[in-house]
Amino acid sequence: MLYFSKLRIISVIVFTVIFSYFAFSNFVKFDDKFFSKNINLGLDLQGGSYLLLEIDNRPVITQKLQAKIIELKRYFKEKQITLKNFSLKGDTISFETTDNEIENIKNILNDKESDINTYYPTYKSHEFDVLEDGNLFSLNYSRYGLVLLKNSSLDQAIEIVRRRVDEVGTNEPNILKRGNDRILVELPGLDDPNRIKSLLGKTANLTFQFISQNNEESFGTEKLSFEDGSRDAIVSKRIILSGDNLVDAKPTMNSQTNETVVSFSLDRVGAKKFGKATSTGVGKQLAIVLDGKIISAPSVREPIIGGSGQISGDFTFQSATDLALLLRSGALPAPLNIIEERTVGPDLGQDSIDAGILSLFIGFLLVILFMIYKYRAFGLIANLALVSNLFLLIGILTLFEATLTLPGIAGIILTVGMAVDANVLIFERIKEETKNEKNPIIAFDAGYTKSRTTILDANITTLIAAFILFFMGSGPVKGFSVTLGVGILTTLFSVYFIARLLTSVYVVKNKDKEQLL
Amino acid sequence: MSNISFNKFYRKFNILSLILIVISLVFLIFKGLNYGVDFKGGTLIELRTTDKTNNISLIRDSFNQMNLGDVSVKKFGNETDFIVKFEKQNSNDPEFIQNIKNKLSSSIGDVDFRRVENVGPKVSSELLKSGIIAISLSLAAMLLYIWIRFEWQFSLGAILAIFHDVIITLGIFSIFSLEINLSIVAAVLTIVGYSMNDTVVIFDRVRENLRKYSDIKIFDLTNISINETLSRTIITSVTTLLALFSIYLFGGEILKGFSLAMILGVIFGTYSSIYIANPILVALNVSQRTIVKEEKD
Repeated sequence: MLYFSKLRIISVIVFTVIFSYFAFSNFVKFDDKFFSKNINLGLDLQGGSYLLLEIDNRPVITQKLQAKIIELKRYFKEKQITLKNFSLKGDTISFETTDNEIENIKNILNDKESDINTYYPTYKSHEFDVLEDGNLFSLNYSRYGLVLLKNSSLDQAIEIVRRRVDEVGTNEPNILKRGNDRILVELPGLDDPNRIKSLLGKTANLTFQFISQNNEESFGTEKLSFEDGSRDAIVSKRIILSGDNLVDAKPTMNSQTNETVVSFSLDRVGAKKFGKATSTGVGKQLAIVLDGKIISAPSVREPIIGGSGQISGDFTFQSATDLALLLRSGALPAPLNIIEERTVGPDLGQDSIDAGILSLFIGFLLVILFMIYKYRAFGLIANLALVSNLFLLIGILTLFEATLTLPGIAGIILTVGMAVDANVLIFERIKEETKNEKNPIIAFDAGYTKSRTTILDANITTLIAAFILFFMGSGPVKGFSVTLGVGILTTLFSVYFIARLLTSVYVVKNKDKEQLL
Repeated sequence: MSNISFNKFYRKFNILSLILIVISLVFLIFKGLNYGVDFKGGTLIELRTTDKTNNISLIRDSFNQMNLGDVSVKKFGNETDFIVKFEKQNSNDPEFIQNIKNKLSSSIGDVDFRRVENVGPKVSSELLKSGIIAISLSLAAMLLYIWIRFEWQFSLGAILAIFHDVIITLGIFSIFSLEINLSIVAAVLTIVGYSMNDTVVIFDRVRENLRKYSDIKIFDLTNISINETLSRTIITSVTTLLALFSIYLFGGEILKGFSLAMILGVIFGTYSSIYIANPILVALNVSQRTIVKEEKD
């Protein structure tokens, strides 16, 4: 166990130097990209906001089911199959048919080539589960149909969230999917997430609808209230134009009224629709509706055919900027709820870093002093291993650009405390072996060999705990599991290569001395 | 090598442990744990006031006027730092926190919100569930590992020792109403790893000695093994505790609960690997035949 070949000595030294170098690169600036890696600081250390958003898919599902009913009606009408009594109760579409059509409909709905109930071969499932009871059919989203629906709505939402966050221009935001209905937004350096929260909290569904003069509109009417809550208005359900047709929006100053407005421009289809509607509707009031609330309802004085217009409505410059931003980034497919928020101010983050480094330094010093007191020369060897262990650990975290959190720093300090365990096990074993074996080289060798399984056993148990924590834990706690787990690996390396190398050099040089350890 | 008769006190310490476990369980069942916002949901605000005359009751009064449900206020390190927790959480309203800040500023002067955590009921119950799963999973993984490496008598000893440590550590948290949050789960998992580590070292030696001496009864054999590994047990506990005390004293308020749980865990883990794990080997009458039989299979 004590013999080291030249090649191995060189590789140990090279390995240690490389990782120590990466550890130092955190504190030195290099021009080269590869060499100037840094550990990422977690939000709890650099300050920032963590938001977990959940999509409320209810409205999307209802919308899709309503669309499905229309599709079903049209589809079976073309096939000249009569269906009646369509209804939507909860998430179930149901309809009735005549007795002689039952088999036919069943075949159409359960056919793998069906173009009305799509079959997904990868999931071995249709989009809808079909149940029939006599002549009554009910359709429900199948498990996979629902998963696909949620995924597509999540994909859309994450795109919109990204656009909105990017527009605000925060520093390196991190936007990630979580499951099939959640989005994680990490905003480093942001200590007041109010603006982002209010931007993400809005669906930003913009529509233009005429205020109706009489209650007999062909499309039906609905009662909507104004944004400021001052009054209600009866609005036609016919949507002239929606936010989808917008290509740009920005806050501007209306030179005539001297108020801040949001001016927008439309795509070609939108411009055409808008032109047509405004030329027939001169004199009418056009309500501009955002998420079910009327922002303003100006009267149409003349047809607007240029494909651009303005939205007015008591804006401050900030609120106009935000509305323009929302309109530019597009509407969310469904409302988002913020279900978890964690914000750390930058000065608390700095305090945590300072406290973490101070306690690391003190813990390190205490352990080092204790080991020298206990083992003298071998304490020094264990300490050298401990120092290189720390460099290796920080070097590896840097190389992989891992995220360091406050619990992560605690994990490093804990590694310092537990790392000496392996060397202690070896040294104690050697002490025992020396009692029966006078040749120190044989005794040392036996000490290393006999303690090996114990050391592996002991470290694997901690590694198991770290692994489970890594997969189950979230945020800062995950950072702890990373440093704890990587710490075990670097500990084993520093004990079996660095400390053993130093021990072998020391023992061979002093083999004639009485009582080495 | 030391020669302490640990085995003379097996019975006494077993009774003590049993009493501690019963007390812990009684507290855990009837008083329960003081869950933080991570697991209970609600809002946590760490605030720093500019006015030094502010005290807990003043701050509690101003929060109580805001209809936020149950409010708890605690000092947090510095004279001017406080942790406020309350039931209500409304992260969907972007003005929620701002409004609280404005109201506070008018009643107790300028405040700085250093940290805000807002956890909804759905997330908190999920976090609790995944915390419990993580701890159970790690216990199961440890059991499996030691079952593969040792005979079942040893596994039982090691697992009971771990349960002992976890129950008593949580019991102390319950008795003193210390807060249970995500980092405590991490601490408990690490305790599980550490306690196992300590037990495995002694068990390895027990097994080695079982092979070596066929004529020594397990009662004395465990004592020899404990003594042989004692200096390692003490040195490792001391260095780990040095590191942990350093976190506890200098690592800032946020890591206090975590390091306290770990300190308790290391102390009980060291104790249990001597006084829980070994007496179980004695009770199960482990002998050379136990390991020889296993090795023949």
